[in-house]
Amino acid sequence: MNKKIRVQATINGEEFEFLCEPRQSLLEVLRETLGLTGAKEGCNNGNCGACNVILDGALVNSCLVLAVEIDGCNVTTIEGIATPQGLHPLQQKFIAHAALQCGFCTPGFIVASKALLDQIPNPSENEVREWLAGNLCRCTGYDRIVRAVMDAAQSQEKTL
Amino acid sequence: MTTNLSVDEKKDVYGVIGKNPLRHDGTDKVTGRAQYGADIRLPGMLYGAIFRSPHAHARILSIDTSKAEAYPGVRAVVTAKDLPDVESKIAELGEGTINLRHQSNNVLARDKVLYFGHAIAGVAAINAHIAEEAAALIKVEYEVLQPVLEVRKAMQHDSPILLDDMRTDELGKKGDYPSNIAAHYQAQVGDVEKGFQDAAVIVEREFFTSMVHQGYIEPQNATAQHNPDGQITIWCSTQGAFGVREQVAEILQIPISKIRVIPMEIGGGFGGKIGVYLEPVVVLLSRKSGHRPVKMTMSRSDVLAATGPTSGSYVKVKMGADANGMIAAAQAMLAYEAGAYPGSPVGAGMGVIFAPYRIENALIDGYDVLVNKPRTAAYRAPGGTNAAFACESVIDELSEKLGMDPIDFRLLNGAKEGDRRVDGPVYERIGFLETLEAAKNSPHYRAPLGGSNCGRGVASGFWFNYGGKSSASASVNSDGTVSLLTGSVDIGGTRTSIAMQLAEGLGIPAESIRPVVADTDSVGYTEGTYGSRTTFATGWAVYEVGKQLKEKLLERAATIWETELDQIRFEHGIFLFDDKQMTFAELASRLDETGGPVVASAAVRPEQFGPTFAAHIVDVAVDPETGKVQILRYTAIQDAGKAIYPDYVESQMQGGVAQGVGWALNEEYLYDDQGRLINSSLLDYRMPVALDLPMIDTIIIEVSNPGHPYGVRGVGEVPIVPPPAALANAIYRATGVRMNRLPMNPARIVAELNQQKG
Repeated sequence: MNKKIRVQATINGEEFEFLCEPRQSLLEVLRETLGLTGAKEGCNNGNCGACNVILDGALVNSCLVLAVEIDGCNVTTIEGIATPQGLHPLQQKFIAHAALQCGFCTPGFIVASKALLDQIPNPSENEVREWLAGNLCRCTGYDRIVRAVMDAAQSQEKTL
Repeated sequence: MTTNLSVDEKKDVYGVIGKNPLRHDGTDKVTGRAQYGADIRLPGMLYGAIFRSPHAHARILSIDTSKAEAYPGVRAVVTAKDLPDVESKIAELGEGTINLRHQSNNVLARDKVLYFGHAIAGVAAINAHIAEEAAALIKVEYEVLQPVLEVRKAMQHDSPILLDDMRTDELGKKGDYPSNIAAHYQAQVGDVEKGFQDAAVIVEREFFTSMVHQGYIEPQNATAQHNPDGQITIWCSTQGAFGVREQVAEILQIPISKIRVIPMEIGGGFGGKIGVYLEPVVVLLSRKSGHRPVKMTMSRSDVLAATGPTSGSYVKVKMGADANGMIAAAQAMLAYEAGAYPGSPVGAGMGVIFAPYRIENALIDGYDVLVNKPRTAAYRAPGGTNAAFACESVIDELSEKLGMDPIDFRLLNGAKEGDRRVDGPVYERIGFLETLEAAKNSPHYRAPLGGSNCGRGVASGFWFNYGGKSSASASVNSDGTVSLLTGSVDIGGTRTSIAMQLAEGLGIPAESIRPVVADTDSVGYTEGTYGSRTTFATGWAVYEVGKQLKEKLLERAATIWETELDQIRFEHGIFLFDDKQMTFAELASRLDETGGPVVASAAVRPEQFGPTFAAHIVDVAVDPETGKVQILRYTAIQDAGKAIYPDYVESQMQGGVAQGVGWALNEEYLYDDQGRLINSSLLDYRMPVALDLPMIDTIIIEVSNPGHPYGVRGVGEVPIVPPPAALANAIYRATGVRMNRLPMNPARIVAELNQQKG
C-alpha cells in the first residue's frame, strides 16, 4: 500500500488538511475523502469537464490534478460558488434559462463559466462557446447554457 | 429563438400549463448538492471493479480468481458461477424486449464472451484502486474465435456463429440451422411491384450507419446492501427503478419483495439506462463480502465498450412517384446490428421508415442481426434515425428529380388522420401537415441562403411515443402545499412538468407542489422514463390524483359551511359557496377540524399516446478543402400536442438535434479487425461541443392529442430522427454529393468530393 501524504489547502475559503495517496487525483479526494461530491466524474481523463474546479485562479480538470499537488493552494469547487447571501448570478441564470436537464454536467459548466467571467466579464457568444468547448453536455445542445452565461455576465456588469 | 404556434383552441385557458416556472430541483442541481448515484457513501462501504474480456469472440475455458481473492484489501470476487441459471424468458423493458437469460449472460459471461469488454468477474475491495488491481490478476483461458463485425457479413451462411442455439425467427417460424439472424420481420400493404410500374420516377439507394453511443455524461453506477435477512437495497442511476427491481429479481432469482431500488439523480440516459449491468453484480458482492455495502462506478472506456450503443445498420430504400409527385410505391430492407444478443430496434425502424407518408403500395423487410459488439440498448427514438436517414434522403432526391420543393413534396404525400401506416395502425389526429406548413412558413425557410459552398436541407421525422403504467400519490399539507410522490425518474425537468399538471387541476401555483421521485417501496408501479412517456403518462396519473383531492376538499368545505356538496364551486383554487369563499390554502389549514389528512393516489395505463412528427431545416457551409461541415442555422419544428413546460420541450428538441448532429457528422464506433474498440474515450468518440453548434431555433406546434386530458404528446425522442438526413440533404445542396454513410466526417466528404472531380 502506498504511504499517505499530508496535504494542506484552502478549499472554498476554508482550511483543509487531509491525507492522501500520491496516486489519488484531486477529484477522488474531493469526492471520496472530503465529501465534496459536487465535482462529477464523467471520464476521468480530462475530456468532459464535469470535474472542473478553479485552482489558484486557473480552471482545471480536477481528475488531471494529483491531490498532493494542491498543497498550499486555493481551490474553488461548485460548493464554493454560491455565497451566504444566495446563489451566484450564473446559478440563478442557469435555472432561469433552463440551461440544464439532467444536471450532471452543470457543476462543471458553472465553475468553468465562473472562471470565464473572472477573466472576461462581458464575453461574446463565440468567446463563451470557445471557453466552454472543454465541457460536454449531452442534454441541452448548449443553446440555453450559452444564453445563461451571457445573461449572467450582463447582470454582473449591472451590479458592478 | 423560440416560437410556439398553437392550433389548440384551449391555449389560454390554463393558469399553470404552458408557463415556465423554475424547476423544483434547480437549486440542488446548480449548487452540486443533488445526489447522483456515485455520490453515495455508506458506512463500511466497499468499492467494486469489473474484469472484462479483451477478446470480441471467445470461449471461456477456465477462470482463475485465486490471486485476486488473495490480494490484500479484497473482500469478495464473483463470476457467473455465482449467478443462478436463468431460463429463457422474454421481459418487456420499455423501448424493447429482452431475453432474461441473455441479460444474465451479459451481466457476467458464462461460457462465451461475445464482445470486447464483456464482463467476466466482479471484485469488491476496500478502495477502488485495490479492486482494479485485483481484477487485473484474474486469469482466464480462452479459445479465441473469429469475430463477426459487420451486419451483412454476419447474415451470410458461412459466418461464424455467436449463439449456437440461435435459430432465425423467420416471419414467426423458427429456422432449423444456427444463424446470426435472430429474426426476419415483414410489413406490407398493396402491391409494390405494380406500384413501381406506375411510377414515373424511381430512386433506389443504400445507406450505412455505424454504432453510436447515447453519450450520457454520468457513467453507469450502482451500490447495493445485501442484508443478512435477505433484504436488498440498491441505489443506482437508472431510468426506471421498477425495471431494475424486476431485472435483478429475475437474474438473481429473488422475489421482488426482497428488493428495494432507490433511484438516485440520473446524469442522462437517452435509453441507455434501462437495462441493468452492475446492479446484480454489486448485490452478489455485498452478499459474499459479509453484507457490506458495495459501490461500483464504470470507467468511461467501459461505458463505451460495454454499454449502450444503438445499432449500426444497412438500409436499402426504393421509392417511386408518379409524374404528379404522388408516391406510387416504397420498398425497404433494414438490417440492424443487435450486438451480442437479439433485440435491435429494427422493428421500430420498420415502423418509422415510411411513417410520415401516405403510401398505398409498400413492402418492408427487417432483420435483427447478431454481431460481436456490445448488446445494443435503446437510444432516443431507437431505430428511427437510421431509418429516416435512408428514407428522407431518398425523398429529397425524388423531389429534386420531380422539380418540386422538398417541403411541397412532403405536403403532397404527408400522412393525416385516417391514413394507414405501412405496418398497420391507422392514424388518429396527427400534426404532420401542420408541422410542414410551419416549416415552409418559418423565417428560416423563407430567408435566402447566401454564400458559396452553402446548402439548405430539410428532413422529417416520426416517433410512436408510448403510454405505459404510472402511479402517483399526494397529500395536502396544512400550509396549502401538496406533497407529490411519483415513480418517474427526472432526467430533464419532469418533476416540474408533472407537478404543473397537478397544480393546474388544483388551481394552485406549480411552486406549491413538492414533487419527489420515490423508490420502489414508496409509490405504485411506474415504468421508466423512456418512450417519451413521462410527462404524458405520469402527468395523467397526477391529473387523476388532482381530481380526487379536489373531490375530497369539496367535501371538507361542505362540512365547514354545513351545506350540500353540490352547492360548492371550485374555481381557480378558490372554494365558493353563496358569498363565502376559501382559498385552497385556507381550506388546507382546516383539515384537522374536518376529519384529518387528505391524501389521494392513482394509477393509469393510457393507450392513446399520440404519435408525433418533426420537420427540421438546416443550412450548412462545406469547406471543399477540408470537408468540414459548419452548421450555419438550424430550426426544429415539432408537434408537442400541448407543451406543458415549454422551456423544457424546446430543450428536448435542441438536445435531440445536438445528438443527431453528432451522429451525422462525427460519432461512430471504430473497431480493429479483431473487434477491439479503438476509440473508447470522449476524446476519440467525438461528441458535439459548444463550438460545433449554433443556437438551435425551435417552433412548437400544438395539435392536441385527443388521448390525453391536456392534449400532451411525448416530445423527447422525435427530435433525433431528422438531423442526419437533413444534414445529408444540405451537404448535397452545398456540394452536389449525396452522402449515404454516417458519419459524414471531413475525411469521407473530401473523398466523395475527390471522386466527384474524377
